[in-house]
Amino acid sequence: MLEITGIHRGIVIDHIKAGLGYKIFKELKLQDVAYPTALIRNVHSNKLGKKDLIKIDNVIDLNLNVLGLIDPNLTITIIENGQVIEKKQIKLPETVVGILSCKNPRCITTTEHNVDTTFHLVNPQTKEYRCEFCNTRAKL
Amino acid sequence: MEEQEEIFTLADQIMANEGQYLDICRGKLLSTLFYEPSTRTRFSFEAAMLRLGGQVVGFSEPNSSSVSKGESIADTIRTVGCYADIAVIRHPKEGAPKLASKNANIPVINAGDGGHQHPTQTLTDLLTIRSLKKSINHQVIGLCGDLKFGRTAHSLVKALNKYENIRFIFISPIELTIPEYILEDLDPGSYTLTDNLDEVIDQLDILYMTRIQKERFFNEEEYLRLKGYYILTKDKLATAKEDMIVMHPLPRVDEICSDVDDDPRAVYFKQAKFGMYVRMALILKLLGGA
Repeated sequence: MLEITGIHRGIVIDHIKAGLGYKIFKELKLQDVAYPTALIRNVHSNKLGKKDLIKIDNVIDLNLNVLGLIDPNLTITIIENGQVIEKKQIKLPETVVGILSCKNPRCITTTEHNVDTTFHLVNPQTKEYRCEFCNTRAKL
Repeated sequence: MEEQEEIFTLADQIMANEGQYLDICRGKLLSTLFYEPSTRTRFSFEAAMLRLGGQVVGFSEPNSSSVSKGESIADTIRTVGCYADIAVIRHPKEGAPKLASKNANIPVINAGDGGHQHPTQTLTDLLTIRSLKKSINHQVIGLCGDLKFGRTAHSLVKALNKYENIRFIFISPIELTIPEYILEDLDPGSYTLTDNLDEVIDQLDILYMTRIQKERFFNEEEYLRLKGYYILTKDKLATAKEDMIVMHPLPRVDEICSDVDDDPRAVYFKQAKFGMYVRMALILKLLGGA
């Protein structure tokens, strides 16, 4: 088994659905940072079968909204002095601007330039959003 | 709802005393931005503004404007806002009026956006029902024809859902059924779906016919197959209630036979006139003149 050492002060993003770890890694721009980071893919998980995991040896600001959109089931643990000091719950954002794209080919956002797509959460259980412009539903 | 009722009350006042409003918008300019052709809606808005004493500028198809040079909606509406006091926009893309209103410094009225919504047609429809049925509450309404792309139907259902004891009967072929996102806002007990007009016509207080619109189809064959799926004839009206009203947003093609026009239940031309009055009320209200 691959061993990645523990971190003294930093963040662990765990229970990422296998395959989405790299997307989150890129979204957080971790490929460009100077401090130690680790992306571990396809780790065995009792709950998920396989999961991805990210360790960041630094405490940084995370855009929880964006992470929630990519995988609302992941968990975030903050570590200080080698101890877990906080576990953060991910929540789906009420409004998502400029991230999702509308699947409706008749929607104005598909042709007009420089328009930020805007989606509003309509059902957190089914993870459904609705386009502010054309009302088309988008499911995560 | 309250705002809507204010518009209807104002429309009532205009209809009752049109002379008082002839000059009320003098010096005001309405801009009509029609990115797709619509003689009827455009005339209705223009007539409304002119009857209020205001003036109108605009384009009736994008090829005759800077839009053909690739100008964005945001830039067009910002520019128009420098000249006009209020704008009306019709666009084939859904959500275009919303985008315009987000970038405008003047009131923007949606005159129809693709298959999405057509709110002033809805105001027209509600005013027609309110005036001819005496109340918008407690009605059984059958919407018939293209309920998938028919934006007038979408907007009307959304609006009627706010009133008391409304029962919807959606009459359409399966290919043109009402979208899920409209149904999910309704109480499941308040609507039924059918493809058979004859079986339900006797239950209706209002029959709202719609046209199968060629421009909403990507495929000509599909359009030809579904066109004329429901045609209302005088014979079909035989079992309908005496006080039922037949509405249609117009223009009709062949979904209502001309022999229905003389039936007192056919109110679609009156409906067009109500449309002008409700637009007069809306313009006046948005310009702060009411």
